[in-house]
Amino acid sequence: MHPVTALLSVRDLRKFYPINGGLLGRKVADVRAVDGVSLDIQPGETLGLVGESGCGKSTTGRCLMRLIEPSSGEIWFQGENVTHTSGDTLRAMRRDMQIIFQDPFASLNPRHMVRDIIGEALVIHNLAPNARARDERVVELLETVGLRADHRTRFPHEFSGGQRQRIGIARALAVQPKLIVCDEPVSALDVSIQAQVINLLEDLQERFNLTYLFIAHDLSVVEHISDRIAVMYLGRVVEIADAHTLYHAPRHPYTQALLSAVPIPDPKLKRRRIPLKGELPNPTKPPTGCHFHPRCPIAQPQCATEAPKLTTTTGSHQVACHMAV
Amino acid sequence: MASTTAPKPKPPLSPTREAWRRFRKHRLAVVGLIVLALLVLAIIAGPTLWPVAIDDIDFAAQLKPPSWAHPFGTDDLGQDLLSRLIHGGRISLAVGLSAMAVSASVGITIGAIAGMARGWVDTALMWVTDLFLSLPQLPLLLLIIYLFREKLKALLGAEGGVFVLIVIVIGGLRWMPVARLVRAQFLSLREKEFVEAARALGASKFRLVVNHILPNALGPVIVAGTIDVAAAIIAESTLSFLGLGFPPDIPTWGRVLFDAKDYLDIAPTWALFPGAAIFLAVLSINFVGDGLRDALDPRRVH
Amino acid sequence: MTPHHLLDIRGLKTWFKTDDGMVRAVDGVSLHIDRGETLAVVGESGCGKTVTARSVLRLIDMPPGRFEAGQIMWEGRDLIPLTNAEMDEIRAREISMVFQEPMTSLNPVYTVGEQIAESLRTHEHLSRKAALEGAVDMLRLVQIGNAERRINDYPHQFSGGQRQRVMIALALACKPKLLIADEPTTALDVTIQAQILELLEDMKQRLGMAIMLITHAMGVVAENAQRVAVMYAGQVVEEASVEDLFADPRHPYTQGLIRSIPRVDAGRAPGDARTRLAQIPGSVPSLLHPPTGCRFAERCAHTTEACRAAPPPLRSVAPNHNVACIL
Repeated sequence: MHPVTALLSVRDLRKFYPINGGLLGRKVADVRAVDGVSLDIQPGETLGLVGESGCGKSTTGRCLMRLIEPSSGEIWFQGENVTHTSGDTLRAMRRDMQIIFQDPFASLNPRHMVRDIIGEALVIHNLAPNARARDERVVELLETVGLRADHRTRFPHEFSGGQRQRIGIARALAVQPKLIVCDEPVSALDVSIQAQVINLLEDLQERFNLTYLFIAHDLSVVEHISDRIAVMYLGRVVEIADAHTLYHAPRHPYTQALLSAVPIPDPKLKRRRIPLKGELPNPTKPPTGCHFHPRCPIAQPQCATEAPKLTTTTGSHQVACHMAV
Repeated sequence: MASTTAPKPKPPLSPTREAWRRFRKHRLAVVGLIVLALLVLAIIAGPTLWPVAIDDIDFAAQLKPPSWAHPFGTDDLGQDLLSRLIHGGRISLAVGLSAMAVSASVGITIGAIAGMARGWVDTALMWVTDLFLSLPQLPLLLLIIYLFREKLKALLGAEGGVFVLIVIVIGGLRWMPVARLVRAQFLSLREKEFVEAARALGASKFRLVVNHILPNALGPVIVAGTIDVAAAIIAESTLSFLGLGFPPDIPTWGRVLFDAKDYLDIAPTWALFPGAAIFLAVLSINFVGDGLRDALDPRRVH
Repeated sequence: MTPHHLLDIRGLKTWFKTDDGMVRAVDGVSLHIDRGETLAVVGESGCGKTVTARSVLRLIDMPPGRFEAGQIMWEGRDLIPLTNAEMDEIRAREISMVFQEPMTSLNPVYTVGEQIAESLRTHEHLSRKAALEGAVDMLRLVQIGNAERRINDYPHQFSGGQRQRVMIALALACKPKLLIADEPTTALDVTIQAQILELLEDMKQRLGMAIMLITHAMGVVAENAQRVAVMYAGQVVEEASVEDLFADPRHPYTQGLIRSIPRVDAGRAPGDARTRLAQIPGSVPSLLHPPTGCRFAERCAHTTEACRAAPPPLRSVAPNHNVACIL
């Protein structure tokens, strides 16, 4: 059932958060943050995961790393079912999958020196025989991300946002992972620093043969760095295609609307905006059938009753829409 | 690779040094710290510099106002007040610090467990905390002392017994706000991304608590701790003033006040000095606490 | 041709006294906006665009801030010497502002209707009833459905996009001549962002007002502004019409900024090598001790001795196109 070639696969991933209410605090509803996501990530590729707030992309990223425990579904890593591993096996898996966070200010412990932040992984997994070897490795990692050796005795608040992101990247690289989940890694950075960090991530991918799951809401950035892109809406994947095809031939109406809304820095382009009615629905009461149907310009009665499945149209292009196939 | 900015000219500024820098800006806090330091110095070095016995009874020198022979005057038994206050100061300070240690350790432990475990453990511990919070402190204090004083005196000697009793009772009734504070800090810190990052690296729960959460949680606890010292000193003084503290021959500041209260019209200076001592100690501790609050404000540490 | 611009900022310097010294947040900025046009003020964090906007409405705390130099001419009248009471006449009635975070700009304990009505009562001196009716009208104008019911809702009962609409309704209630929008869509999803920007454009047409749009997103600038001012480290480095700026950016910072943005329509065919984003090395200089010459000199690929010696003046390189660069 799981493709043998993929580095990481998830099947039917779900994460529900119960909402308690009433006098006795019983569960009244669920926030269906992730509602049946199936993806494959091939070794060496960058899979972009894009969507607006509340679509579940960050939760998906954390679930597949087991940073958040999924409510149901299966996770396969390098051909093995890792959905329920625990203890030492889970800790060993942490060496293969790492994460870079969005907020460069909150993702580094303000009381730790850079050397301890980056070196922590080496301590936990016993990757260096002594303190000196550890220090050398920390220096190596700092230089790999474009910082300097003398930065290791400083504290996070002494660095700029872009530099802190680099420290976070060095920390993730310390365990020599195979897969890195990048959770909005450049969203909190200035545009000119974004370019630096994106270029760094691309260089590192080539140098260390990394695989990325690149989560972001900025389509321009995702399209630049990704090989394939998955679009999410309200907990479900609505379309997966390679970057070029997604932009030039999107099939899902949500993808089309999303692309038409992205501002392009060219005043001469006259673009047709596809307006979306209404607002994002309440995640505790998602619409029946296809989650997108109340706002969809081409919805039909069938869309309200039956949830469309992700089906392949051509090659590797998959769409979850009754009207698109 | 991209280039980086020029290095900052200052040496690495640890959060502790940053906090100290912010503390120094608070003038009242610095004054408080100096006064406190002087008090502590006087108490420690006092007996060496002023080697007068505290129980040298001298009926010829009763109720004397300050003089060269007795800088703080004498009490009704002619005993030198300065040396009595120095000696009493040791006890007051020891009680203050020990009670604070008790309340801090109990509070931190309970708060940390509640904050980390969540679920029913959290609910149970908070229920216990609420229970303790609703106990009437002073009456309980008096009751426990009344009940257990003799037993502990027999066990640990007069001074020791009462010391332990007072410290446990005062500390044991002041841990609740600390527990709440620590729990709140834990609940918010455990969701922080740097803790998540450590989890992603494979850190054990123990490592998360000790290396990541606790060091960042202690700021408000330190502030609360200084206030606890002041409160403990006042509590001990109150007990002694009510005649329920240490045995009468031990000159804690409260006790000296207790003795002096009947002679206010004849020898007002007798009450003045212990009162001033308590006042200065508590005031300076509170100022230091204020300074610490600003210095350790978690919102300022990025 | 009006004898003067609607808003004319001349040589504004807004500085802040801090423990570490004087921060020159805005250090010699000149901008102007005419009736009915949208000027985008674009730059990255710390460039001074928000401080400039707040200076116009005198929303800066005066210690530690101060107006070191310059004038803010509103319809020919300098705003800087005005008293707070005189400024109150101008705020909301003539110049209004919309902020980035609608949740923190709206008072959470008052209903939306009460907040809009209060503005109408204070500035237009309407009666309670008329003010509430005005509030309903405003909500309808910004396309919030069921306006009569929703004036009784509290801010937290609206979604992010709707709150921003409420914010806009509040800002436009007294029909100001100029709306300053400080990153109005940065915190919103891209589809909602498109809706809000369209709404602003619609309001602009209806009320004939001018907009000062502050943003760091060049895409937003390209699609919404007529003229652009690019700011860097407290100064304006380039000013032009939006077409001229994108077609022929002259300042190296503007060039670098435009080239470092990934474009969703860049279209890499499968199998093509990935293109690398142009990047600007280094980072923004300190505003405490700004460099004596051109502030971009450290990061510029074309720096000369002359660049470091003295700050380059804003000079005209084409009609209505000014650049602060000697090249």
